[in-house]
Amino acid sequence: MAINVPFDAAELTAAQEARAGWWGIVKDFTRRRPLGAAGAAVVLVLVVVALTANVIAPYDPEKVDFAAMLARPSAAHWLGTDAFGRDVLSRLIYGSRTALLVGFGAAVVGATVGAVLGVGSAYFGGRVDLYLQRFMDIFIAFPLIILALAIVAILGNSLPNLIMAITIPMIPRCAIVIRSSALSIREMPYVDAARAAGFGHGRIILRHMLPNVMAPYLIMLTSFLGQAILLESSLSFLGLGVQEPTPAWGLMLRGAAVDFAESAPWMAVFPGLAISLAVFAFNLFGDSLRDALDPKLRTL
Amino acid sequence: MWKYVAKRFLLMIPTLFGVAVFIFVLMRIVPGDIVELRFSGESSYASKENLAAERARFGLDKPLWQQFATWMWGLVRLDLGTSMWTGAPIVEEIKLRVALSLQLAIMATAVGVLLALPLGIAAALRQDTWVDYLARIVSIAGIATPSFWLGILMILTLLVVFHWLPPMVYTPFWVNPWQNLLQLIWPALAVGYRLSAVVTRMTRSAMLEVLREDYIRTARAKGLVETLILKRHALKNAMLPVLTVTGIEFAFLMGGLVVTEQVFNLNGLGLLFVQAVTRRDYTMTQALVLLVATVFIVVNFIMDLAYGWLDPRIRYR
Repeated sequence: MAINVPFDAAELTAAQEARAGWWGIVKDFTRRRPLGAAGAAVVLVLVVVALTANVIAPYDPEKVDFAAMLARPSAAHWLGTDAFGRDVLSRLIYGSRTALLVGFGAAVVGATVGAVLGVGSAYFGGRVDLYLQRFMDIFIAFPLIILALAIVAILGNSLPNLIMAITIPMIPRCAIVIRSSALSIREMPYVDAARAAGFGHGRIILRHMLPNVMAPYLIMLTSFLGQAILLESSLSFLGLGVQEPTPAWGLMLRGAAVDFAESAPWMAVFPGLAISLAVFAFNLFGDSLRDALDPKLRTL
Repeated sequence: MWKYVAKRFLLMIPTLFGVAVFIFVLMRIVPGDIVELRFSGESSYASKENLAAERARFGLDKPLWQQFATWMWGLVRLDLGTSMWTGAPIVEEIKLRVALSLQLAIMATAVGVLLALPLGIAAALRQDTWVDYLARIVSIAGIATPSFWLGILMILTLLVVFHWLPPMVYTPFWVNPWQNLLQLIWPALAVGYRLSAVVTRMTRSAMLEVLREDYIRTARAKGLVETLILKRHALKNAMLPVLTVTGIEFAFLMGGLVVTEQVFNLNGLGLLFVQAVTRRDYTMTQALVLLVATVFIVVNFIMDLAYGWLDPRIRYR
């Protein structure tokens, strides 16, 4: 019986796909999920702003100028100045570095460690699973901010410590979600095959199971990004995060911004807008990504 | 059923014990303790003997396991001890703040649910129309906006537009309800908006899921009025996950309002926690962490049971 399908049909589509590649995926995503694409665009702009902060910022963000204290927004200072005469726009631009650094740092490490723990827990099952789950329960019993606050108060507030304080509470939250999807993967024939082939536990977990929980992993990652930025700004606002004079959005809302809110509202309004916009963009993108990758998953 | 309840209940104990061990160890691996912190505040030179005497007074000179055992023994007798910083009984210190934090959590939850239910249901019924998009944007914005910033904006607006500031001194509800509400409604709105965002999303997705069920089609097929279908069949079933998420969010509010309390100058549990941690007040921090974790775990437990009680399809093992 002759096969009517041209011999290279599969290769043809594969080639087409390869040609379309990333660009094709991007175009497709934009067409189907305009809101998510808008979020991604804002994220992209943020990344560019953070990377080129030293080029695009009109002033040195830490330069104190007592001649221009609490200046209104004007041609010289587009978004006004703060109580030390520092340019608010420049501080916002440089602040994006802090936000993205903490956001990406905490989210990537938190989601990755969480994913490895979740997959490992599902893979080994039995006692390992039970103990790991109970251990996770302990961490989940704390509100995010309480745990992060305790850790940062104890470690001291340098930037790496801040990232760690935000990462730790995220790990168990990710591990639980990943574990539930990894449980079904463990029963897949290819995992049995890998085991039969004599591969070690580490290899099976990392090479065979982890790639298959990519969808929930990416979803958790994007949702953590927004949360991490929010947490960082909350901690900085409390004075337990980034320290002066480093520009950070939450820190900009602290102290003088509230005291002078009536006479210099730009100090209180713009940093909050920056936080909201950044988190909004990450969430919008993450939401659409979740719809695209796994419509049934219901995380928050 | 009762076996399940008992098992779930007993499982809470190891988790809480784990929380206790965790916070106990965490507080003690920190460099510097309350004694050093106190003496460093004074300009006078603190002799080694003075420091040692202070430590002995708090029992900090004893081995760690003994300190832990003392704390645990106190807990068993429902005695939380005294604050290392103020010297007052912890129960007294917490009692003052629980009333405020609890009231705020209840008000914020009420605000959140009242906002979320209509929004979420409308979004589900009009999926992929402007109503849905609007509801989604409003709710994603709610999650993205820091509550403390929303609080600052509220105060600013009240001040600039109405030349009025909410009262800054806490009045208990039973003393003067009007003054009390006048002060607490703003933080409740700021926090409630965030909570509503989470609940709206859950309501929407739960409603969408339920509306696709067979029994809804059956109800429609037999010609039931649409409002009845929604009220009796859809809503009742969709409310289960909504209830759970509301419960969990409520539990988090009991300790997680740290930043909002700061903005509104509220002396609640969150503020007490920040003070306790930064002062290395071991006993107070431990008590607060355990309290917050207990609330969370108990609420989770209740939600779990409520789930089974409201949905007879769920069987407990």
